[in-house]
Amino acid sequence: MKPAPKPTPETQPFWDGTAAGELRIQRCQSCERHYFYPRPSCPHCGSDQVEWVRASGRATLYSYVINHRPAPGFEDAGPYAIAVVELEEGVRMMTNIVGVENVPEKLPLDMELQVVFERRGDVSVPLFEPAGEPR
Amino acid sequence: MNVVIAGAAETDEVGRLPQHSTLQLHLEAARNALADAGLTKDDVDGIATVGTPGPIQVAHALGMTPAWLDGTGVGGSSFLFHVRHAAAAIRAGLCHTVLITHGESGRSRVGAGRWGMGADSLLGQFELPYGVVGPPTSFTITALRYMKETGLTHEQLAEVAVAQRRWASRNPRAMFRDLITVEDVFASRLVAYPFHLLECCLVTDGGGALIVTSEERARRSPVYLLGSGESAESPIISQMEDFTTSKAFRLSGEAAFAEAKITHDDVDHLMIYDAFAHVPIYGLEDLGFVGRGEAGAFIAEGHTSPGGRLPLNTNGGGLSYTHTGMYGMFAIQESVRQLRGEAAAQVPGVELSVVLGNGGMFASAATLVLANRLP
Repeated sequence: MKPAPKPTPETQPFWDGTAAGELRIQRCQSCERHYFYPRPSCPHCGSDQVEWVRASGRATLYSYVINHRPAPGFEDAGPYAIAVVELEEGVRMMTNIVGVENVPEKLPLDMELQVVFERRGDVSVPLFEPAGEPR
Repeated sequence: MNVVIAGAAETDEVGRLPQHSTLQLHLEAARNALADAGLTKDDVDGIATVGTPGPIQVAHALGMTPAWLDGTGVGGSSFLFHVRHAAAAIRAGLCHTVLITHGESGRSRVGAGRWGMGADSLLGQFELPYGVVGPPTSFTITALRYMKETGLTHEQLAEVAVAQRRWASRNPRAMFRDLITVEDVFASRLVAYPFHLLECCLVTDGGGALIVTSEERARRSPVYLLGSGESAESPIISQMEDFTTSKAFRLSGEAAFAEAKITHDDVDHLMIYDAFAHVPIYGLEDLGFVGRGEAGAFIAEGHTSPGGRLPLNTNGGGLSYTHTGMYGMFAIQESVRQLRGEAAAQVPGVELSVVLGNGGMFASAATLVLANRLP
């Protein structure tokens, strides 16, 4: 089985979101910037007046590698992309790219993506697929 | 007060050492460095180490009772931090002579710490679920972005490994010594596209130790610490601010150059922590030796190779010499050897050397400016 994250109190709202099929990130009410990973105060301005918002789920492909030595749980995945995507809201997160063959020719940087969710035990992890493409 | 490196030595061997525990490697390196310095353990009143087994056990095993301890553990750059912190402690009068040890059974895993992070850690929640298998699949993830934004080619990335093998071929202690070509790099196994096996560092066993003290207490020709800097960026690589430049490299380098009051033209020799082939490219640019996007061509044109104007990673680096898991100690050791004129691949006339250390995946960095003369 693929590794599953274990939430902590400050990250629980993120994982509650993925379980509900939503990508939730934090936004600072003082400087109005989004940020990721979950933290109790804004890394930009230091304010603790922060809120959880639902991200659009739209992203672009920022960078990646294609791993040829699978991690435990990924043995049947073949060479797979470990990617970092940039959300429309301006924050980045690591993910996997699904719904497209994971070869360099099919994974141009800055390609448009949208979030999907994959159930792993008690949690769901956000993955990304090409936007507007048939799966 | 002038702070110096008064002793420096590695373990008798580096490479595959299944007969050595992690602790043994620390102790052997410590004894070698003390002998190199012409000092005994009773001359030492400070200790700094990182990882397993930690400063208390190393000091106790050596029969030392330290007046000052530092266990700063920020990955492979920790030893550069230790040198900087030791210098500050000596100047502050907290201790007089500091022993910094490294030993890691990185390959054989004898008496070594456990790998891995919990599923509730930052890494465990936001990176490991995506099939990360250690540094080869995460440290490397910035490279495609860098290539797109700067035009760095796959050939130029491979040239980093080719250039460092030229140095390793002159170093009998290097684990890999056969000269290689770009074609050899491309023919080696793909580990994590775009990185082939020869663009990834070794995994070895070994250790090293340093004696840092005041110039007055040094018994042999000292290596002066002219300046140092340290910084940190993100604990997980996905949150690095810009995948094409390391903020920690830049800030630690600027601080070290400013304290040492040097310019790039003063630098005769350079060591940049090379866990993977792209790291020296970032280091050359982030330290300001070349402009943005220029490092790949600079290396490919031979400027960092034997006979070039900026000798880089002259022991063969983590790609060809040795990499126990925390390589920073070995980068410092090679700078000291070059400054003493004792290196296997000695560069003529080295008077000033810069060492850039990396910790984690572009997570921490420290820079040292070392010289065999005062300015």
